[in-house]
Amino acid sequence: MPGQLKEVRNRIQSVQSTQQITKAMKMVSAAKLRRAQDAILQMRPYAKKLQEMLSNIVSNSEGEVGMSLAQERPVDKVLLIVLTSDRGLAGAFNTNVIKATKATIAAKYAAQQAAGKVTIWNLGKKGYEHFAKLGYKADATYKDTFINLSFENVQKIAAAAMKAFQEKQFDVVEVVYSQFKNAATQRFEVERFLPIPKVEKKEGAKKADFIFDPSQEELLAELMPKILNTQLFKAVLDSHASEHGARMTAMDKASTNANEMLRNLKISYNRARQAAITTELTEIVSGAAALQG
Amino acid sequence: MTLEILTPEKKLYSGEVYGVQMPGISGSFEVLEKHAPLVSALKAGRVKVLKDKQNHFAFFDIQGGFVEVLHNKVTVLVEGATPVDAA
Repeated sequence: MPGQLKEVRNRIQSVQSTQQITKAMKMVSAAKLRRAQDAILQMRPYAKKLQEMLSNIVSNSEGEVGMSLAQERPVDKVLLIVLTSDRGLAGAFNTNVIKATKATIAAKYAAQQAAGKVTIWNLGKKGYEHFAKLGYKADATYKDTFINLSFENVQKIAAAAMKAFQEKQFDVVEVVYSQFKNAATQRFEVERFLPIPKVEKKEGAKKADFIFDPSQEELLAELMPKILNTQLFKAVLDSHASEHGARMTAMDKASTNANEMLRNLKISYNRARQAAITTELTEIVSGAAALQG
Repeated sequence: MTLEILTPEKKLYSGEVYGVQMPGISGSFEVLEKHAPLVSALKAGRVKVLKDKQNHFAFFDIQGGFVEVLHNKVTVLVEGATPVDAA
């Protein structure tokens, strides 16, 4: 009996220390989540204004807007930019992104994948490890983006993707990431990055008689890469916030589970202790009875 | 007029100003009160914010961007910008 008691006590201790870790991780994630959300909020006015400017220019310009970044080509070579995290223990966060990526490949680019023409740029270590192991064409150049997350670094990736698209190394570029809804829910999003979807011209959207310097066409050519940079940056920030949200939820669940486990263990500990005492008492009582008899 | 300088990472400047000088792609120019609607591309250079008619300035080094002037509101969108201490 005493052996069993000690065993239960050890388990209680180990569950307690695990719980301490999950609690701490939850707290850290909550703080990081707040920072990540803040970054999204900070970026929003910029992104909104950029879109406004685009629609202003488009609705003021005459004729079609044709650019090398909007060129639709038959799809032969595909680039997927997949955003995962660097660390695990974030629930199903990485698994879900990876699953979404595979589903996209299977649904849209099965033929290209069979011909080995689907390339994956991984942002985040977990996705890279997974796809490299499975023999996908996984590129690790931008794996470490999340270690030092800044607009500048993200912009380099966007620029590289645009250049590759213009040089016809890829015919279509898509971004797979998880959109941040709130701490508990993320939506998995496969977003077309290149070629740029045609901008709809809104009738009556003309707000004012703008002076354009340089011409609308040149402005658009300048503006488009910026919009793409922002789009990718937004995806990266969303993914970052989602990661911390997912980890926070996962760690919260783990802490609750640990509590539940501790409760059960304590019950069995007390039961074993009580049993030991009862046995001891019976032994003493029956010993005394034997002496008297 | 109001001026806003926005970057993807944060809002750099926001407030009432007298005027602002910017490095346009075809030359430096200044926007004052009641400027006509304008959209222009900016090249790398220095933005000078005239906070009032006296000599109160703020400077920002930018790496190119865009400016929109509409209804007495100037919005500057730049990707890389750093505030510079007024010399």
